[in-house]
Amino acid sequence: MKFSGRVHKFGADIDTDVIIPARYLNTFDPGELACHCMEDADAEFPAKVKPGDIIVADKNFGCGSSREHAPIAIKGAGVACVIARSFARIFYRNAINIGLPILECDEAIDAINEGDEVEVDLSRGQVRNLRTDEVFAATPFPGFMQEIMAEGGLINYIKAKK
Amino acid sequence: MGMTVSQKIIASHAGKDFVAPGELVNCKLDIVLGNDVTAPVAIAEFAKLEMDRVFDEEKIVLVPDHFTPNKDIKSAEQSKIVRDFARKFGIKNYFEIGCMGIEHCLLPEQGLALPGDMIIGADSHTCTYGALGAFATGVGSTDMAAGMATGEVWFKVPESIKFIYYGKMPEWISGKDLILHTIGDIGVDGARYMSMEFTGEVISRLSMDNRFTMANMAIEAGGKNGIFAADDITREYVEKRARRPYQVYQSDADASYFEIREYDVSKMEPVVAFPHLPENTRPVSAAGDVILDQVVIGSCTNGRLEDLEIAASLLQGRKVHPEIRLIVFPGTQQIYLEALRRGYIETFIEAGAAVSTPTCGPCLGGHMGILAKGEKALATTNRNFVGRMGHPESEVYLSSPAVAAASAIKGRITPPWEV
Ligand code: SF4
Repeated sequence: MKFSGRVHKFGADIDTDVIIPARYLNTFDPGELACHCMEDADAEFPAKVKPGDIIVADKNFGCGSSREHAPIAIKGAGVACVIARSFARIFYRNAINIGLPILECDEAIDAINEGDEVEVDLSRGQVRNLRTDEVFAATPFPGFMQEIMAEGGLINYIKAKK
Repeated sequence: MGMTVSQKIIASHAGKDFVAPGELVNCKLDIVLGNDVTAPVAIAEFAKLEMDRVFDEEKIVLVPDHFTPNKDIKSAEQSKIVRDFARKFGIKNYFEIGCMGIEHCLLPEQGLALPGDMIIGADSHTCTYGALGAFATGVGSTDMAAGMATGEVWFKVPESIKFIYYGKMPEWISGKDLILHTIGDIGVDGARYMSMEFTGEVISRLSMDNRFTMANMAIEAGGKNGIFAADDITREYVEKRARRPYQVYQSDADASYFEIREYDVSKMEPVVAFPHLPENTRPVSAAGDVILDQVVIGSCTNGRLEDLEIAASLLQGRKVHPEIRLIVFPGTQQIYLEALRRGYIETFIEAGAAVSTPTCGPCLGGHMGILAKGEKALATTNRNFVGRMGHPESEVYLSSPAVAAASAIKGRITPPWEV
């Protein structure tokens, strides 16, 4: 799977309270959650994010609360992929489980700026900055996580195995 | 090669004699937990599997605690999804208002989490049960759904970091100070994906309530779990509560650790975490002049009886500062009742505090104590992220109940010895 999108850049330790504040957790509708996605980090984000855009962040993205509403909000906002230096553990699982593409790619983070166009080749685990034409290799996922992602998430994966 | 407590529990639930860090395994589950925020999502995912029963009605625990008693219509709808599901699927451990508590105070108290258990919860502070010598970790709602359906979960076996605490505990130092100090040392991702094992002479004398506080905040260092090998203190706590057999594990002497860190507690001071990360710690005497608007004592971190006891001992015969709103949240109905019998609740109310029924309430900025723009709160909770307790431009400071009570009296961050 290959796609490209415009980058929104965030710093380190972006926690799930910032991705989707608890004041909106009285719903789990992806569209409603998307209206408030990242708003405590960047109040403009819900208005400016376009389907197919890409989030690039520094270390420990998605730390804190286990709320799956965080990846649901990001996916609901149409974000195609999150690339981070590293992910917090629960967010990492949740993203894979709900079929939100994520990539861990240390080198890419410093070489990508806000507004850059980035091309992602998910199956090869490659990130290309279309502004500079630099290519970066992401950490590959273990085989069975790739299977979960190929099925579009954990529930489909369990169904397929039944 | 020996194994750590965490490895042993994982191995026993994966049907193996040995597991190595990095290995991917499938584990059988003893408890699957969810609340009014996470369970509705899990229930929707579970429905997609079109199953007419859960893997085990006894092993699922549902606790509506985040926005309950329901704060608005939408929250009421979410609680109703959980209640209806519990009734339809015959879930044995569903806790309604009046019997409930904050999940991580409630499960140990009710004897639902036991030493040697493998527990997942759709709540990041599920790691609290590591205090009992269980392997317990937070997951998301889809993992919870899969757990309810299959009774299993996949894990990567974590590396372990061993933390050794030694020396004589000074007055006013609690489990909260030890864990805040540790997070301040290693950072909010210092134990990312890893198991935090708490050991040493200080730990071997530490009460269960203080151990719960420490295990609770393993996630604040990015940990997969925090764990205390079960000992006599654990046994005494568990004996009167357990309704099923349990297994006690110790780490082998030749178990391998990613890292070992030692802390001399004898010169430690109570610790305060400054906004907006739990790693921004300072000794209380170096806090400077932080004028507060609100103080919150409670939560799954510090809403237990010993926490209320120390707060009451400081507030006894004193008044909350006129410019402070003090809110006290006992963790469970039982804790509330016992605090009432012992006179702590009267002390709080006479001092000018608001005392609430158990709920997560202000801890996650849900209800019952939201902060306005620019306001500052000191809380015994576990997170001080941007907007955690209300307005994105409000501030949350974290501390022990002793520092919180002293600060409520003085109106600014205050060491307990100054009241
Ligand atoms: S008290 Fe706070 S940290 Fe604990 S479960 Fe409730 S919201 Fe989460």
